[in-house]
Amino acid sequence: MEYLTHLAILFFIYAILGVSLNLVVGYTGLLSSAHAAFYGIGAYATAIALTSLHINFFLSLAAGIIITGIIAFLIGIVLSRFRGDYYALVSLGFNVIVYSVLLNWQGLTRGPLGMPGIPRPEFVFDFSSNISFLILSFLFVIVIYIISRFLVASSFGRVLKAIREDEQAVQVFGYNTNYYKLAIFVISAGMAAAAGSLFASYITFIDPSSFTVMESVFILAVIILGGLSNLRGSILGAFILVLLPEALRFAGFPQAIAAQMRQMVYGLCLIFLMLFRPQGLLGEYKL
Amino acid sequence: MSALKTENLVKHFEGVMAIEGLSISIEPGRITGIIGPNGSGKTTLINVLSGMLPIDGGCVVIGNTLRLKRIKPHRVHSYGITRTFQEVRLFEQMTVLDNILVVLTERGILSALFERHGAGHLKQAEDVLKRVGLWDKRGGLTINLSYGQRKLLEIARVLALSETGQAGIILFDEPFAGLFPQMVKIVSSIIKELKEDGRTVVLVEHNMDLIREISDHVIVMDCGNLLAEGNAKEVLERRDVIEAYLGE
Repeated sequence: MEYLTHLAILFFIYAILGVSLNLVVGYTGLLSSAHAAFYGIGAYATAIALTSLHINFFLSLAAGIIITGIIAFLIGIVLSRFRGDYYALVSLGFNVIVYSVLLNWQGLTRGPLGMPGIPRPEFVFDFSSNISFLILSFLFVIVIYIISRFLVASSFGRVLKAIREDEQAVQVFGYNTNYYKLAIFVISAGMAAAAGSLFASYITFIDPSSFTVMESVFILAVIILGGLSNLRGSILGAFILVLLPEALRFAGFPQAIAAQMRQMVYGLCLIFLMLFRPQGLLGEYKL
Repeated sequence: MSALKTENLVKHFEGVMAIEGLSISIEPGRITGIIGPNGSGKTTLINVLSGMLPIDGGCVVIGNTLRLKRIKPHRVHSYGITRTFQEVRLFEQMTVLDNILVVLTERGILSALFERHGAGHLKQAEDVLKRVGLWDKRGGLTINLSYGQRKLLEIARVLALSETGQAGIILFDEPFAGLFPQMVKIVSSIIKELKEDGRTVVLVEHNMDLIREISDHVIVMDCGNLLAEGNAKEVLERRDVIEAYLGE
């Protein structure tokens, strides 16, 4: 039961990451590969606030979201100068920079030693048990989903999709698309920071290895598999990608090669899915 | 008084002069046809006027008062200008209805965040989509429309903008290209109605019969310069125009 609860919490965290990244990639068409950086900044900001300043989890969460939002705003200003492949490359560069800062700013982050002893949330309720944390994570998913739903169903959401389709044409109709791109980038980063706060408080130990470019690629895989421009697709993608490798543990592979076989089957599943359904499982948009 | 003027307008592409000191005036409430052989700078002019290409020299004057040496694409709407594109540019992976709604709703981020399209928006979209015969297709993705339908949707989009009073100057870049005769009739009548409603229409077109039929004034461009202008009938009979256009 503990094992399943653990998986469910991870699934919820990745669902938040997927839904938030889908706002930028799926709805706005900006291939950001910096999401793990914001996830990491949120996690570290919360961890530092909890362990060094000893403030309440929810205040730490707010601090994490605000700090991440400010950094995303500055990065977003630079990114708004780029499009397409260049956008992906530059955002990837930002992820590398953030990872390097987390790794090397030892006075703040303890570098590769990581930050241990991050407390679980306590506010009115005690969230120290995994079950209570599961409920908290679920509530986070609900809130993030509702906010995202609200965004994409509004006129703002329609403009995001139009930017994805033809940014210059949208501009001619009176939209300052840079503001729109910046706004959704900051909102999405703030949501990723919330996932980072949850992660830090759940695992109680973080180090930079959780926030590498590969993590950004994994979150991209979540939304591409689940389907771009579909919020439920991101949740489905997170469900499959978090649980599939675990399910393959029970596939009966010989002990000596089980780990490698699991990775191979996992990779093959992704390749076949992309071959036969390139828009993802519930996707409404093809890259 | 002119609705739109260019003064010594210059646009070049890496040394190739596309528009070379062009000075023209577009009178309000008329249909001004812009013709010229391929490569004469017609579409470049439309792209400069709509802010999609930067001005390299000279200026654009809007309504005799606003002199612009730089036009940002997102500001064009605030000058009351809108356009169609030579190569149709729609929001392909969005519905037909959304392609119209996107020009009807709020421009500011905060107001757009809290806005849902209402019955009023839907009524406006319904009117223009019915006008071009695409109301039945409103729920389908734009990418699935035929070429002619896509052209009509693009025209419906500027029509929607015009009907909300947000566009007084409409730049059409070859709106009839590739259309069936029935569709040509629809587009032609829409352009005439826009004029009757007091809009200023700039029409880049190669079909001389249509230019003769609907233009009040014709501007002939050749090699980025003004070659001739005036009444359609007279201009199209000029020898230099025929030579430039037909290469004879």
